[in-house]
Amino acid sequence: MSEPSTAPESAAPVHAEPIVNRLSIQVATVNGSGSQTANNTLLRAIFQMGIPVSGKNLFPSNIAGLPTWFTIRANADGYTARRKEVDVLICMNAQTAKQDVADVPAGATVIHEEGLKLSDLRDDVDFYPVPFQKMVRDVCPVVALRRLVVNMLYVGVVAELIGIEIEEIDNALTKAFSTKPKALDLNLAAVRAGLTWAQENITGRPRFRVERMDKTTGKVLVEGNKATAIGCLFAGVTLAAWYPITPSSSVTESLIDLAAKYRIDPETGKQNIAIVQAEDELAAIGMVIGAAWAGARSMTATSGPGISLMSEFIGLSYYAEVPAVIVNVQRTGPSTGLPTRTMQGDTLFCAYNSHGDTRHPCLYPANIKEAYEFAQVAFDAAERFQTTVFLMSDLDLGMNLWMADPFEYPQKELDRGKVLDEKGLAEAVDWGRYKDVDGDGIPYRSLPGTPGGKGAFFTRGSGHDEYAQYTESGDAYAANVDRIQRKIQGSADVLPQPIVDGTGNAVGLIAFGTSDDAIGEARDQLRVEDGIETDYLRIRAFPFPDSIRDFVEAHERVYVVEQNRDGQMRMMIGMEMPDLAPQLTSIKHYTGMPLDARTVSEAVVSLEKKGS
Amino acid sequence: MGAAPKTNHIGLSVQEYKGGVSTLCKGCGHDVITNTIISAFYEMGVEPHMVAKLSGIGCSSKTPAYFLNQAWGFNSVHGRMPAVATGAALANRKLVNIGISGDGDTASIGMGQFVHLMRRNVPLIYIVENNGVYGLTKGQFSATADEGAKLKNGTVNDLPAIDLCTMAIELGCGFVARSFSADRKQLLQILKAAIAFGGTCMLDVMSPCVTFNNHEGSTKSYDWGRDHEGPIHEVGFVPGWDTPNVDFNDDRVAVPMPGGGSVWVKPLENTNHDPRDKAAALKLLASDHQNDDEFFTGLMYVNPERESLQDDMDMPADPLWNLPIDKLRPSRDKMDEIVESLR
Repeated sequence: MSEPSTAPESAAPVHAEPIVNRLSIQVATVNGSGSQTANNTLLRAIFQMGIPVSGKNLFPSNIAGLPTWFTIRANADGYTARRKEVDVLICMNAQTAKQDVADVPAGATVIHEEGLKLSDLRDDVDFYPVPFQKMVRDVCPVVALRRLVVNMLYVGVVAELIGIEIEEIDNALTKAFSTKPKALDLNLAAVRAGLTWAQENITGRPRFRVERMDKTTGKVLVEGNKATAIGCLFAGVTLAAWYPITPSSSVTESLIDLAAKYRIDPETGKQNIAIVQAEDELAAIGMVIGAAWAGARSMTATSGPGISLMSEFIGLSYYAEVPAVIVNVQRTGPSTGLPTRTMQGDTLFCAYNSHGDTRHPCLYPANIKEAYEFAQVAFDAAERFQTTVFLMSDLDLGMNLWMADPFEYPQKELDRGKVLDEKGLAEAVDWGRYKDVDGDGIPYRSLPGTPGGKGAFFTRGSGHDEYAQYTESGDAYAANVDRIQRKIQGSADVLPQPIVDGTGNAVGLIAFGTSDDAIGEARDQLRVEDGIETDYLRIRAFPFPDSIRDFVEAHERVYVVEQNRDGQMRMMIGMEMPDLAPQLTSIKHYTGMPLDARTVSEAVVSLEKKGS
Repeated sequence: MGAAPKTNHIGLSVQEYKGGVSTLCKGCGHDVITNTIISAFYEMGVEPHMVAKLSGIGCSSKTPAYFLNQAWGFNSVHGRMPAVATGAALANRKLVNIGISGDGDTASIGMGQFVHLMRRNVPLIYIVENNGVYGLTKGQFSATADEGAKLKNGTVNDLPAIDLCTMAIELGCGFVARSFSADRKQLLQILKAAIAFGGTCMLDVMSPCVTFNNHEGSTKSYDWGRDHEGPIHEVGFVPGWDTPNVDFNDDRVAVPMPGGGSVWVKPLENTNHDPRDKAAALKLLASDHQNDDEFFTGLMYVNPERESLQDDMDMPADPLWNLPIDKLRPSRDKMDEIVESLR
């Protein structure tokens, strides 16, 4: 499923000059056919050849049988955002083959199962029919395995046709099947068979090629969810409670794997972490809050529907001031929505979640580095500010493979916030759980089980005074929620600050999270193709610091780019700084697909034309 | 000089176990339970600061404010106390957890969490202060109201009651009892045994609502309760520090508790029930309310063999907040190992 487009990366005719290390490969298969390993093998081999690469898995909410597409983009300039156009299409799914072929731009290469008989569909693309089904019968005597092994045949054919080094395919496969030597041999043989067939039977070669370069040295390939799990591990998480939900499950599942290796106490043999699969999201967040109240570094990972269920507890966390880290790997809503597609659709929902006046710190990771580092920021902030902190990832970041620098070992100690132990409680003068002693709105808490007879207090979601006593006094209520408001706004100075690139231009772009990848490429397109220079501010956290105001005020026109229908971040900037609202224009993308650069640059050009 | 105040075996007076003044209606059954809790924790010599008092929402859920002022309390979300208690118990397994719920909080909005709490065997004394009505919202039926029971305004309950004891036993709970707030003597013994049990204890305590469900036609009123209570045995508890090895030379059945001491039951004139017999417990509960509307009280089922959730999860003895950073954050070498696996 590529999106029909009139703007291919290069509009050269068939058989024109070779295009090296600038291509998108799309594999169209059937869900549950085991093609993921084959596709990751192609991706990893290109990565090992030193070429910047990304993979986007477009899969259905289904176990087996529905169409799925995997797109690999290799780009020498390091552009790894999704590209709408497909250069090399591998058609393995009869259900979608005709439409897949119709959608590729002129000049594309189509490798397909011979039996699909696609070659007559168009005369402006290169067809490479391959007898995959026939070949697999020769390679794989076990009938039941053929469905899986056929994928490795296309790996071999594609490797030969576009120049992926066979040694790197072997390396990638060896990694994938490190614990299954039998399967490895079978898959290696299948790749060889595909490769040899292509060598012997195909004379011409597509103009799209890959060649070894050195732009991935030292880098890793990892999904954002795994990066977040690693971040949580190093952030000292001690309790994770969760309920399975796409696309967040692999956060906790990765944490379970990591904990089994790195959290078993060498002295006692005990688990230095509790991971509980709860009966639903209500229970998951309840456990997180109960554990955090008793002093654990607690988290859950979920997606939009889970946040909807957690909302009552999130209000309790805010008002009773109990820390919680919620990783929200966003998917396309509302309701069940498109469970396997991406969106920044919970931006507004999380920032002001739950009934009554609330405001929650949110972190917006844009890449693997931040998926990892912001997990640590989230735990520190949750305990420092004694409140729920959202780590706002999305399906694109969480479930796709991204190229990244290795994780940096954390430099900072854990921030456990203002906790009074027995000595601290003994020294405190007239301690009250909700008293603002330091003028920053952050009170001191104590943990259950602290001896000395001075720390006990009653946590409640009902009205309470500075000493945690029940009250329905309007003045006490107002003073309390004003203090909480000051406390939360204070987090703006501590949370990751916006990153600004460029200054002095009339046009400013604001974006956040996974839009970043496409924005960088779009700005280059605007500069090179349209002569439009832009400055760019990337929001990394809510509540907003003043630098966002400064950026908006310094630009004549500001476009807020986001992946939702309503321009939720634009609304939030407008709500928090109402005087700036008229200056903001939305550029929105909400097809459930990751944002691509062309969508942004075309929108800017069009809006600029309208404006001038 | 007056006499020194009476103290328990850790040297604390009963005063140290008291809480704030109750704001419930005068005569509320819940206040009797509150006072019995105070007595039980005092007599058992539990350190108050090691107690976590948890609750959901409702009249019953307010009561943790009325006992053990030196313990940490958490009045959480309607029907969700089990999850909060589970989290707290995992975070610090040294805490003695007591959760107070009501029939609405447990049998309606909280049924899902109740079920899973019973499955997990979280160390928690879970008390349902069961009066068959929603008090704070002025007297609607709850899901434990008996079929045919009448509200003050004449409305008759047409739905069968949920039997929480039967559910708890079937779901794997290892300590299941039913009592009546007017039978303070029995409740106190059951509570003391529960403190020594160490897993989930489900105590369904009929606790009349004097304002909305204490009238003629109610099956949760004081009068109805007094007229119909049928104790299935006499229950007692012998603390560990008193008699480490219990050897009764009579017809009592004693079951040692993991936390020390033994709970015992003794046949009554016309009835007997061995709480170790799960099938007998379920059979007994199935016949509850059948003969002359008698409702059974006593220790329905006890099985101290089951592992607690924390043991099952291999949790450390120390609270999780106390783990030093080097036990939480893997070394640089381990980070290199993780990074290498991603290349």
